[in-house]
Amino acid sequence: MSKILLRDIAQARSGDKGNTVNIGLFAPSRELYEIFDQQVTAEKVKEHFQELIAGEVIRYEVPTINAYNFILTGALNGGGSRSIRIDSLGKCFGANLLRMEIEVPEDVLKISNQTVNKAGV
Amino acid sequence: MKTVRVGAAQGFYGDTIEPAVATAKYGNVDYLSFDCLAELTMSILVKDQKKDESFGYTRDITTSMKALLPYVKEKGIKLLTNAGGVNPLGAQKEIIRVAKELEMDDLKVAVVTGDNIFDQMDSLLSKGVQFDHMETGESISEVQAKLMFANAYLGSMPIVEALKQGADIVVTGRTTDTAQFLAPLIYEYGWSEDDWDRLASGIFMGHLLECSAQSTGGNFSGDWDQIEGMEKIGYPIAEMSDSGDFIITKVEERGGRVSVDTVKEQMLYEIHDPSAYVTPDVTVDLTQVKLEQVGDNRVRVSGVKGNPKPDNLKVVMGYEDGYMGQVLVGYSWPDALKKARKSDEIIRQQISENGLTYDEIQTSYLGYDSIHGPLASEPSEDLNEVYLRMAVRGKTKRDVLQLNRLIPPLFLNGPPSAGGFYGNIPPRQLLGMWATLIPRELVESQVKVIVEEVGTYV
Repeated sequence: MSKILLRDIAQARSGDKGNTVNIGLFAPSRELYEIFDQQVTAEKVKEHFQELIAGEVIRYEVPTINAYNFILTGALNGGGSRSIRIDSLGKCFGANLLRMEIEVPEDVLKISNQTVNKAGV
Repeated sequence: MKTVRVGAAQGFYGDTIEPAVATAKYGNVDYLSFDCLAELTMSILVKDQKKDESFGYTRDITTSMKALLPYVKEKGIKLLTNAGGVNPLGAQKEIIRVAKELEMDDLKVAVVTGDNIFDQMDSLLSKGVQFDHMETGESISEVQAKLMFANAYLGSMPIVEALKQGADIVVTGRTTDTAQFLAPLIYEYGWSEDDWDRLASGIFMGHLLECSAQSTGGNFSGDWDQIEGMEKIGYPIAEMSDSGDFIITKVEERGGRVSVDTVKEQMLYEIHDPSAYVTPDVTVDLTQVKLEQVGDNRVRVSGVKGNPKPDNLKVVMGYEDGYMGQVLVGYSWPDALKKARKSDEIIRQQISENGLTYDEIQTSYLGYDSIHGPLASEPSEDLNEVYLRMAVRGKTKRDVLQLNRLIPPLFLNGPPSAGGFYGNIPPRQLLGMWATLIPRELVESQVKVIVEEVGTYV
């Protein structure tokens, strides 16, 4: 097992709707998508964001593109036009999720590295 | 086989128009579709209209129309925009003014109204519409007295109607971000109102295009530093077939990248349940979508599914919710973070000793944790510089302005080597957003499409 930051293997983009943030998290391969399934759960994401979010986290699966969509409620200090935060639109939540550390078996990482390089990521 | 080519024009109020001009010039498009209205934009436009009632639309419509109207004439491109904001009639007037200034004639400019329900709130409430918050279930009575605007999200149909009436330009108020993109397809292909899979494909195409360069390499979290020509990035173009499948591409003359990786990031952007993305026209299911690279800067999209449209329309209202005051002051190495923290401590003590009451006080340190908050890791070395940023939430403008007065004395009375003080930042009014639902017939029966012709317009 290797400990690895999501930033080294995944893509993520976040956006806002009212007081909710969504984060699309994209695995570079099916193998890593399946590892995210166990390790990047809704509970873990909620724990990861600590007091930045006041509500719950819901996770949706989009296997056709090896992606998960996370919905973070109560995440924006009231929402874009009500927030007094600097990142009032939640644009950086995606980057923040990429700080998460997960454990990946060496062989999966090897396969994925090839995939990652092919995709140019 | 017929292909309808739709180009993205602007992804928000203030977006640059040059990539859309390049698309008009080199992209062989039939339509240029705009999405000028983020949730936040409506509140900006309401504030603007309070200053001058002829405003309330996105004011960059003047420059974008000056840039694009010549192509409407020269190439027959139609422009579809929700730049009307809270004053679509004002936007139509401005477009006509620009057209006359450019000495154009034979131009039909249509406006769609009826999304703005602010003046009908009382009568709608008396008809039994509850307007409870769609997520929290709270009663509208909590905020009703403080409401500043209320707009229902309209779909594509009024825009289709305007196109049928021969409009070259259609300006609307609060249509959905994607309505401007689906409308031309319904008009061109005659898709029926319950052809859910095709309608869903058109909406998804619009979703991929409505944030301008976000599907052509902008805001890309992958190998963003390898994206070429970001300084002259191209906006996406969709080549749409009657089947609903489409290609996303861009003009060669501009930079950026259209790849499965750049497109898929946009696929989930601001989407909640990917199997049920609800719009007024159709409920979109993205779970079967296939993205394939079929050439340089060409991605083929297929497999979009649709389900019936909802019985209700979404309404977003904005209400006054106090003010934000903020201050910013920088500190130099050595011990920059320590100095900034000391100043935070001083200001907080002074706030309390001066009896200032705020609903919330936030402290962050630019260069350390202002964006990542509690997730930022403590810096391992002594940072070169750190800016202290404090923000307060208060009831009135006067209350939050009191914070500003505490900062200048810090230079002489506080920790050493403070720099980078840019003066006081003006307070900002805060607006809460109230999202709710309304039976669609109550809104749709009020929707009007008015076409004006330049030349006959007085």
